[in-house]
Amino acid sequence: MIGAQGFKGKSIQASLLAKSFGSIHALREVNLEVGAGEKVAIFGPNGSGKTTLIKVMATIMRPSSGRLHIAGMNPGENGHDVRRLIGVVSHNTYLYDDLAVEENLAFYGRMYGVENVKARITNGLRRVGLERRSRDRVRTLSRGMQQRLSIARATLHEPPILLLDEPDTGLDEAGQAQLWEMLTSGYADEPTVVMTTHNLKLGMSLCSRWTVLVDGEIVSEVAKENSSSESFQALYRRYAGAGT
Amino acid sequence: MRAFRRSIDVTPGLGRSFVAMGDGLTAAISISRAAVGPPSFFRQVGAILWKDLAVELRTKDILSSMLVFGLIVLVIFNFAFELRGENLILVAPGVLWVAFVFAGILGLGRSMAQEKERSSMEGLLLCPVDRGAIFVAKMLGNLIFIVILEAITLPIFAAFFNLPVLTPGVGLIVVLGTLGFASVGTLFAAIAINTRAREVMLPILLFPIIVPVIIASVKATAFVLDGKPWAEIWPWVNLLIAFDVIFLAVCFVTFEYVIGE
Ligand SMILES: Nc1ncnc2c1ncn2[C@@H]1O[C@H](COP(=O)(O)OP(=O)(O)OP(=O)(O)O)[C@@H](O)[C@H]1O
Ligand SMILES: [Mg+2]
Repeated sequence: MIGAQGFKGKSIQASLLAKSFGSIHALREVNLEVGAGEKVAIFGPNGSGKTTLIKVMATIMRPSSGRLHIAGMNPGENGHDVRRLIGVVSHNTYLYDDLAVEENLAFYGRMYGVENVKARITNGLRRVGLERRSRDRVRTLSRGMQQRLSIARATLHEPPILLLDEPDTGLDEAGQAQLWEMLTSGYADEPTVVMTTHNLKLGMSLCSRWTVLVDGEIVSEVAKENSSSESFQALYRRYAGAGT
Repeated sequence: MRAFRRSIDVTPGLGRSFVAMGDGLTAAISISRAAVGPPSFFRQVGAILWKDLAVELRTKDILSSMLVFGLIVLVIFNFAFELRGENLILVAPGVLWVAFVFAGILGLGRSMAQEKERSSMEGLLLCPVDRGAIFVAKMLGNLIFIVILEAITLPIFAAFFNLPVLTPGVGLIVVLGTLGFASVGTLFAAIAINTRAREVMLPILLFPIIVPVIIASVKATAFVLDGKPWAEIWPWVNLLIAFDVIFLAVCFVTFEYVIGE
């Protein structure tokens, strides 16, 4: 389990994290601490920096300034160790259209050095309801099916930290209802989750901490037990309305 | 239903405990960290290369477009010039390399564009993989595709221009020239893919840098076809080898800084 050694139970520690693209400040001084097994939702209007924050935490984008520790490690120094702990589902599927469903998973399995790859693939496909399409090319899947496959891809190496950027993209109602099941049913210990979504209800039901990101800053942070969904929705509307 | 449960210990240096539970059968496996550690550099290179070859085997996007383009170049030059004797030896090597380079650039662009379609380059960057491994794999893929193109184009070139290009000497020069071209090409394809108007950016960025390799290749090819002694050809071949080594090393190291962000 996370939190054994070298770091004090924090899966993610970001302090004063900033990222700019030229004159655009996508992130300014973001502070975020996520404990092991904790679930945090990030809400915010379009362009508020959610995707940028997820990418920085996922180590595929370097922050312009600030400090980031994943499971106590600095991604700049322990890139491989950090990346092995992270699984990312985003609105981009990271899949190859011309490879079959199982070939896509086999490829990522090899990249992560996953053992028992065959069993893990079968298992993952069952979890996301694609076991009957395993030989089909990804090109022939519907958008929602590709998103399901993307979930199987991200969890293939059972990362203890899941970074989810609009993971509900393209999913039908049943898929949204099963999103959690699909993501975490293989885990013995609850994974740490940071997710963004425009579906307030979904994010609030899945996560125990709700944050609002506006213009690259976390303007509000609420624990589920201290707030009702109605009052948070009202709060979010105030911020989101002002931010765009 | 929970198909299996697992608890992991991700503390560096310690082992991982792995508990698998299926249909009443419980197996506990303890694997040392080394055994489940990251796959080696070369296994990851192999995985990416395999993926690129598998995709190409199915779509034939890269090879078909390169071949059509290369052949058109040969056909046009064949009819445009009345090439005979002296003239022929002077012009033909240039024609050959123009066909290779222009067709090759199509393949370079396409191979990198495939990683952009579903943002799969980000998927690669997420993996615990050396950025150099991504470079080597993409470069090898490009090298293989362009060499296949050349293997098909050369006999046709030989027939059109009636020149003995199917010799080990020409083969060596072609492979050396292509290696340098593919390494710089892979790097610049990765740069161009993140720019606006990426299709035009690749040739504009790549051609100036690759000129020395092309000149050395054309010269060496011409000398071989002219039947010059190897003592005269070697300096050009050595130059090619030097460029290959330098370009490979520089591109390998700098690739990390041009992908992502
Ligand atoms: N590669 C980039 N180059 C330049 N600007 C960028 C880049 N990526 C993001 N930005 C800018 O950074 C800001 C935050 O973008 P980001 O994609 O993080 O927003 P978001 O909260 O994910 O929005 P959405 O809800 O639409 O997904 C925006 O102003 C955007 O224009
Ligand atoms: Mg976004």
